[in-house]
Amino acid sequence: MNMRNSTSENALSVRNLVVDYSDLRAVGNISFDAKAGSVTAVIGPNGAGKTTTMEVCSGVRTATSGTVSILGLDPQRDRLEMNSRIGVMLQDGGVYPSARVGEVLEHYCNLFGNRQRASDLILAVDLGSKRKATWRKLSGGEKQRLSLALALAAKPELIFLDEPTSGVDIVGRDLIRELVRNLANSGCTVILATHELDEAQRMADHVVMFNHGRLIADSSLQDLLGTNQTVTLRTTNEIDLTALAQHMNCHVEQNGTEIRLLRSSDASFIARLSTWFVENKFVLNDLNSGAPRLEDIYRELNSASERVDK
Amino acid sequence: MARNGEQLLLLVGIPVLLLVFFSQVDILPTQGLSSIAFLVPGVLALAVMSSAMVSLGIATGFERSYGVLRRLGTTPLGTRRLVLAKITATCFIEIGQLFLITMVGLALGWRPNDSNWLLIVVTIALGTICFAGIGLTLAGRLRAEVNLAAQNGLYLVLLLLGGVILPNDELPRIAESFAQWLPSTALSELLRAGVNGQDLAMKSLVILGVWSITACTSAVNFFKWSG
Repeated sequence: MNMRNSTSENALSVRNLVVDYSDLRAVGNISFDAKAGSVTAVIGPNGAGKTTTMEVCSGVRTATSGTVSILGLDPQRDRLEMNSRIGVMLQDGGVYPSARVGEVLEHYCNLFGNRQRASDLILAVDLGSKRKATWRKLSGGEKQRLSLALALAAKPELIFLDEPTSGVDIVGRDLIRELVRNLANSGCTVILATHELDEAQRMADHVVMFNHGRLIADSSLQDLLGTNQTVTLRTTNEIDLTALAQHMNCHVEQNGTEIRLLRSSDASFIARLSTWFVENKFVLNDLNSGAPRLEDIYRELNSASERVDK
Repeated sequence: MARNGEQLLLLVGIPVLLLVFFSQVDILPTQGLSSIAFLVPGVLALAVMSSAMVSLGIATGFERSYGVLRRLGTTPLGTRRLVLAKITATCFIEIGQLFLITMVGLALGWRPNDSNWLLIVVTIALGTICFAGIGLTLAGRLRAEVNLAAQNGLYLVLLLLGGVILPNDELPRIAESFAQWLPSTALSELLRAGVNGQDLAMKSLVILGVWSITACTSAVNFFKWSG
């Protein structure tokens, strides 16, 4: 993975990135790319290194070693040029508590100077009625929407979104998701760091999973879901899970009467599974082969990486 | 920054209070000048320090802790333009301070007969660059609370050792030989020369110039956007 060439179609390219804090390695030698115009979800538990990686990519933090290229630019050396072409939505804060919504947006539009109009952005994030409100009077969701609008003031070719929907109610979430989808459709590369796996599954083309400052997955959402189909079934018999796992060559877990298998993309999987049950004269009920949830895959990959750590 | 009441106290309240108090309570040695003729330039120097260093420095420190700087750091603004914008904004506040102090001074009997206004304006501009540089260097490196204390502490030291309300030749020998190199001394001496139509003190001009260049360079180079 480290040796992949970054091509011009990659809007973001991270190579062998290492970030150390005084006594802690926050990010340990990671590499990944994001294709231009795609939505890449960066997921992982708290403290996994997501925000640190985003900060290095957006030029706010310097890396200990490794290289990052954003739209072909170096976030440190070409910072001002890069900043004029990307949008960054940070986690929490970043606005003076006494500043008013309209003023702040106007100010950012002027800073970027690319003819984005504050009045259009205010309407886009549905804060038309809050134009005169100060930052400290806004609800959590309204703050997030203003943050997104500030990032959009860049008319970005690439946008970093760090937990864009955290603390946002359902209506606000739908609005933010729709805005992000429109951005991606218009060719903007989206890098989305999130805890919400459901959100990542709905929005992402590509998934990068972090744990303990390392990558545990870097794959298209389709591949990730396709190679990790889940099959659930119910049975009244005592099943030897190890034997089943060995026979099917996959991860198996039991939850009461329900058995769950993380299947490969092997077309004969279901047939082999039913045959095994018939041969062993076991009852087979509620056989269900569904699209897996990203959350299940995430749990599985995470626990696998924890096992490797031990 | 002028939206906050405490800033108004620092920018206007303290300078005007000192001017009124010490011009009425005549206890200061004033180097042969009338107390008001001695105080007006000193208080002008103080006003420059309060707006360019303390007020700007503290506000910038809080901008860091609120994450405002981190967010601005993701725009094409850049450190140089940020420092320039802050200095420009300070100049507007100082125009107000200059006007107010002049008015209060006039009301207290000050007569600017021989004042060299060009020297006054140039000195204030140079002083602003110098003290904004110092304030932003501190704000660029220290945590908001530490920065707040450091700015206020430095303000007090420069107020006492800068010939602002007390002439430096009244200080103990060691303090005086140290104080003569301070930017506050250079600023107040230049303003005193300007306000009272005395000869231009070249030494003070050089000292203030060197401080301005050093402070501004360090503000731009040591400035950090994130906490």
